[in-house]
Amino acid sequence: MEKIICACGHSNPYGTKLCEKCGRPLTEEEKQNKVVDMRYDGMAIRSKTYNKSIIDKIWNFFSSVKVGIALIIITLIAASIGTLLPQEFYVKASDMEKGAYYEDVYGVFGKIYYALGLSDLYSSWWFQILVGMLAVSIIVASLDRGIPLHKSLKNQRVKRHESFMKRQRIVAEGQVTAGTEETLDKVAQKMTEMKYAVRRDGSALLAEKGRFSRYGPYINHVGLIIFLGGVMLRLLPGFYVDESIWVREGETRAIPSMDGYFIENRDFILETHDNEPQGEQVKQGVNVVAKNFQTDVTLYKQPEDALPGDTENLEKVKDYSIRVNHPLKEDGFALYQMDYRLNELKQMNFELVHKTTEESLGKVEIDLTNPKKEYDLGNGSSVQILVYTPDFDGFENGEPRTKTSVPNNPAFLFKMTTPETPEGEVSFVEIMQPPLEPLGENQYRMKFAEAEMRDMSGITVRKDKTIPIIFIGGAIFMLGVVIGSYWNHRRLWLQVEPDGRVLMAAHVNKNMFSMKKDLDAVTAFAALPSYKDQLEKDEDSEESANGSIKEKEGDNT
Amino acid sequence: MSLIDISGNLLYVAFVAYLMATLLFGGSIKQANATGKNIDKWGKLAIGVTIIGFLSQLGYFITRWIYTGHAPVSNMFEFTTAFGMFIVGAFILIYFIYRLTALGLVALPIALLIIAYAAMFPNEVSPLVPSLQSHWLTIHVITAALGQSILAISAVAGLIYLLKVVDLTKPSKQRFWLEAVMYSLVVVIGFVAVTSTFNAMDYESSYTYIDKEGAPHKIIYNLPPIFGMHEYEAIEEHGMSPIVEMPALINAKKLTTVVWSFIVGSILYVLIRLIARRRISAIFQPLVKRVNLQLLDEIGYRSVLIGFPLFSLGALIFAMIWAQIAWSRFWGWDPKEVWALITWLFYAAFLHLRLSKGWEGRKSAWLALIGFGIILFNLIAVNLILAGLHSYA
Amino acid sequence: MEKKKKRLVLRTVILAVLALAIGYTVYGTATKEKVELVAVGSEAPDFTLIDLNGEKHKLSDYKGQGVFLNFWGTWCKPCEKEMPAMDNQYQEFKDQGVQTLAVNIAQTDFEVQNFVDRHNLSFPVVIDKTKSVMTAYNVGQLPATVLIDPDGKVTKIITGEMTEEHIASFMESVKPK
Repeated sequence: MEKIICACGHSNPYGTKLCEKCGRPLTEEEKQNKVVDMRYDGMAIRSKTYNKSIIDKIWNFFSSVKVGIALIIITLIAASIGTLLPQEFYVKASDMEKGAYYEDVYGVFGKIYYALGLSDLYSSWWFQILVGMLAVSIIVASLDRGIPLHKSLKNQRVKRHESFMKRQRIVAEGQVTAGTEETLDKVAQKMTEMKYAVRRDGSALLAEKGRFSRYGPYINHVGLIIFLGGVMLRLLPGFYVDESIWVREGETRAIPSMDGYFIENRDFILETHDNEPQGEQVKQGVNVVAKNFQTDVTLYKQPEDALPGDTENLEKVKDYSIRVNHPLKEDGFALYQMDYRLNELKQMNFELVHKTTEESLGKVEIDLTNPKKEYDLGNGSSVQILVYTPDFDGFENGEPRTKTSVPNNPAFLFKMTTPETPEGEVSFVEIMQPPLEPLGENQYRMKFAEAEMRDMSGITVRKDKTIPIIFIGGAIFMLGVVIGSYWNHRRLWLQVEPDGRVLMAAHVNKNMFSMKKDLDAVTAFAALPSYKDQLEKDEDSEESANGSIKEKEGDNT
Repeated sequence: MSLIDISGNLLYVAFVAYLMATLLFGGSIKQANATGKNIDKWGKLAIGVTIIGFLSQLGYFITRWIYTGHAPVSNMFEFTTAFGMFIVGAFILIYFIYRLTALGLVALPIALLIIAYAAMFPNEVSPLVPSLQSHWLTIHVITAALGQSILAISAVAGLIYLLKVVDLTKPSKQRFWLEAVMYSLVVVIGFVAVTSTFNAMDYESSYTYIDKEGAPHKIIYNLPPIFGMHEYEAIEEHGMSPIVEMPALINAKKLTTVVWSFIVGSILYVLIRLIARRRISAIFQPLVKRVNLQLLDEIGYRSVLIGFPLFSLGALIFAMIWAQIAWSRFWGWDPKEVWALITWLFYAAFLHLRLSKGWEGRKSAWLALIGFGIILFNLIAVNLILAGLHSYA
Repeated sequence: MEKKKKRLVLRTVILAVLALAIGYTVYGTATKEKVELVAVGSEAPDFTLIDLNGEKHKLSDYKGQGVFLNFWGTWCKPCEKEMPAMDNQYQEFKDQGVQTLAVNIAQTDFEVQNFVDRHNLSFPVVIDKTKSVMTAYNVGQLPATVLIDPDGKVTKIITGEMTEEHIASFMESVKPK
C-alpha cells in the first residue's frame, strides 16, 4: 500500500483524505467537494487501509458503521418480537406444560412462537450472538476510528493550506483593515476571552475549544463494553447467585448458596390501604391495594467450623424487616421479599366429646409442626395419634397416604381413651369431613374446635458480584454520552497572508448555531471580513441545502 | 376548596392557556420573518401565555404531589399529564435557545392532545403498591419522562420540516405518510371526543365473561360495546349489544375503544377534508413556509442530543438501579423495559446514521417522527396491550 | 512490513478473544440450568445430623467406610418403595464397611418415627430440619441417593427409584477394599 505524498512534502498513510500536516484534500472526491468531510479530521480509517487476509476482512466487516447500525436495528427488531407474548419466565406453568400453555392460551400463533423458541428469546443462542456481534462492532469500530482521530487531534498544525481552509463550512476572506499583528492579537484576545485555547505560528492562528468532546463517543463505547463484560461475568462460578426459598412463620431454614447462614421467619405482615376502592381499582375488580409486604426475620450464622446440619450453636447476626424495596443485605448477598402465601394450617385444636351428650372431656391442641404421640387430658382420658398425614390423599393398602409434606389437608387416625372406654376407640378424622370409624361405632368423637394459621414468605436470595462492574460501565457510558452530547469541538483557523489578505475558516462538530455566535463576536471585535456558511442555501429549497450532504453519504467499507 | 380541587383547577387553567398560546403562535407565524428570529408582539404574547400555562401546570403537579404524598407519576393519568407538561417545558427550553415560534404551533397541540388523552383515564388519587413506594419512583420516572419529552421536540421539529419540504401537489410515499401522521393525530382527537361524550352521559354497560384461564369476571364498558368479551353475558346493557364476540385472548373492551376512536377520528378527518377541500398537511403547510430548514434540522438534532443522555439515565440506568432494589435484578426483560431498550437502540441508530452516513434533513426528520412513535407505543400500547410489571394499567 | 505483521497479529488476538467470550457466554447460558446435586468425583460435603434416637451422625466419622446416603420424604412413593430393599441391603453390607444413612427432608419427628416403625427400618434415619444438608447437596427431586467412597469422594448420584439389585451393586461399589 503506497503512501500518499502531499504537495507540502508530507507523507500520509494510504486512505488519508486530508493531509495530516497541511490539510490539503488528497482524494479526488475531497477535491471536488465544496466542503470537506471532517468526520475523523480526514484521517485514514484503519480498516480501509488493509484488506487482504481473512482476519482483515472480518475486521473490516465489524469496523463498518453501516454494519454496526444494521446490528443495532436487527437487535431492536429481535427484542421487540420477544414482547409479542409473555416470555417463559413470566408464565406460571411448569417446564413440561409450557408448550401446552402457549398453545392453549395463544392458539396456533402461540404454538409456533413456542416452537421457534421465541418464548425464551432473550436467552437464545442467536440473540446472545447478536449482542456479542454488536459488542465486537463497538470495539473494532472504536479502535479503528478513535486511535487515528486521537493522533490527528494531538498533532494539529496551526498553519493549514488554503485549499483546506476554503473547503470548511465556514469561510471568510478579505483584506484586514488593521495591521497583521494587531488583527491576530485581537482575535487571540477575543478567542481567549471566550475560553478558546489559542495557538499561533507566524501569521497563522488556531483557536480551539472543547476538544475533549470528540472523545465522548469513544468513552461511552468503553462504558458499554465494560457493562456487557460485567453481564458476561455472571456466568462464571461464584459471581452470581439467584435462589429462592419459602420460609414459614416460626421456621428456621438454611439459606441456599449462602453457606452457613440461616433465616428465621418471625412474622409475615401484609398491610392494605384502607381507602375506598374507586376508579381504576373498581374497573379492574381490585378491592384492596396492598400497602406493605414485610417479613420480620432473624438472620443466623453458624460458627466458623460448624457443619451443615449442625444448628445447635447458631449465632444471631441481625433482626431485620425485609420489605419490598428494602432487601436485607449481608455478606455480599441480598434477601428480597418476593412472594407470600397466607394461612397455612399450623395448629389444630380438637375437643374430645361424647357423641350424644356433646360433653367435652378436654381439649387437644395439636401443633402440626411437632405432633405428639399422646395427649393426656388428665381425667383418665387421653388421645393418641396413630397416624398423621399432613396432606391426606386417600388410602393405599389400608394406610392413609400424604401427597406432600405441607398441611393442606391434614388427617389423623386417633385413638381415644376415656374412663368409659378404657379399651380405646379409633377414629379417622379428616378436615371438613365426617369422621370414619373403622373399628365399629364409637361413643366419643374428636370435635374440631379451631385452627391456628401461619403465613409463608417467598424470599429471593441474590448475590451479584458483577454489580460494581456493571455500575462503573454504566457510569462511564453516561459520562461519555454527556461529554459527547453536551459539549462540542469548535475550531477557528486564521491566516494573514503577506499581502494583507486574511483567510479565516471555522469548524464545529455539531451545534453550528452556538459557533456562529462566537464567530459574530470575534468578527465584530477584530473587524474581520464577514464569514459565509457554505452550506446555507442561497434560495429557500431543501435540495440546495443538501447538495453537498448527499456527497457526504457513504462510509463505504 | 381542598388541595386536590386546586390542583385540578390549575390543570384546567394550564390546558386553556396552552390552547390560547397555540392560537397566538399561529398568529405570530404569519408575521415572523424567514429566520424566525424576529419576535413580534404576537410571539412574545404566545410564549408568555405558554409560560403561564406551564407554571400553572407545575402548580397542579406540586399541589397533587403534596396532597398524595408521592410524585404524581404513579398511574396512567398522572404520568401522561406529566409527560405533556414536560413536553411544554422542553419546548420552552428549546424556544429560548433558538427562538423559533413555529415550534410552538406543533409542540403545544401535541402537548394538548397528550393531556387530553391523559384526562380520559381515572384521575382519582390511588395509593401506592409496595413496589412503587420508593424515592426511585420520583427519580426514575421524572428523568425518563424529561428525556422522552425533549426527544419529542425533535419529532416536532421533524414534523415542521416535513410539512415544509414534502411536495403535496404530487402523489408520493412521503406525502402519504405525512398525511397518515396528521390522520393519527385526528384519531387521538376522536378518542378524546368519543370518550368524553359518553363519560358526560355516564354511559355504562356491564357484562360477565370468561378469561383466557377460564375464570369468570365482570367488566364495565364506558362506550357502547362493538365487540363482546369471550362468552359474555349482559348484566345491564344500554343502547346496543356487542356485534361480534372476541376470543379470550383479545380484550374486547379495549378493542371497542380503539375502534370507536378510529370511527369518530375518521369522520372528523373526512369532515375536515370536505370543509377545507385539501389535505391536513396542506392546511398547515402555508403556516410553516417561511421557517429556516437548517435551523429546524439543527433543532431536531440538538433535541436528540439533549434528550438522549437524559433518557439513557432515567429510562435505563435509574430504572436498573431501582429494579435491582425492588425486584432483585436490574434487568428482567419486562415488556416496558424492552421497549425502553428499543427506544434507546433506535436513537443510538439515529445518531450513528446522522454522524456517519450523513442522514440529515428529510431522513433525519422521518427518523425523529418514528422515534416519537416508539415512545408513544411504549406509553400507550405496552401499557394497554402487553402485560408487565409496570403498573400504569 | 513489520508494522503490518504486528497489526495482523493484534487483530487476530482481539478477534479471537472476543469470539471466545461470545462462545463462552452462549455455552454458559445453555448449560446454566443443568447443574444438579454435588459433582461426581468431588469431596462429599461434610454434615452432622441427629437421628431419631438422639444420636449424632457426622459424615466424616465414616471415613474409611463407604456411605450410602439417601434423601427421602414420607410423601414420596418411590422413596417408600425402595426402603425395604435398602434395609435388606443395609443388613447385608453394614458389617462389610458400608454405612447407610437416610436423610429425611424437614418433616416432623412424629411422621418420620411413624414411618420407620411401620417399615421396621433398622438403618439410622436423620432429619434435616433446616434443609441445610439438602441445600449443601443441592438436592432437588426425591428420592436422591449419593454414593460416597471410603475416601469421602462422591462416586455416583442416583435420582429416582432403585431396585434391590441396583442397591446391592451400588453398596458393593463403595465397599472398602
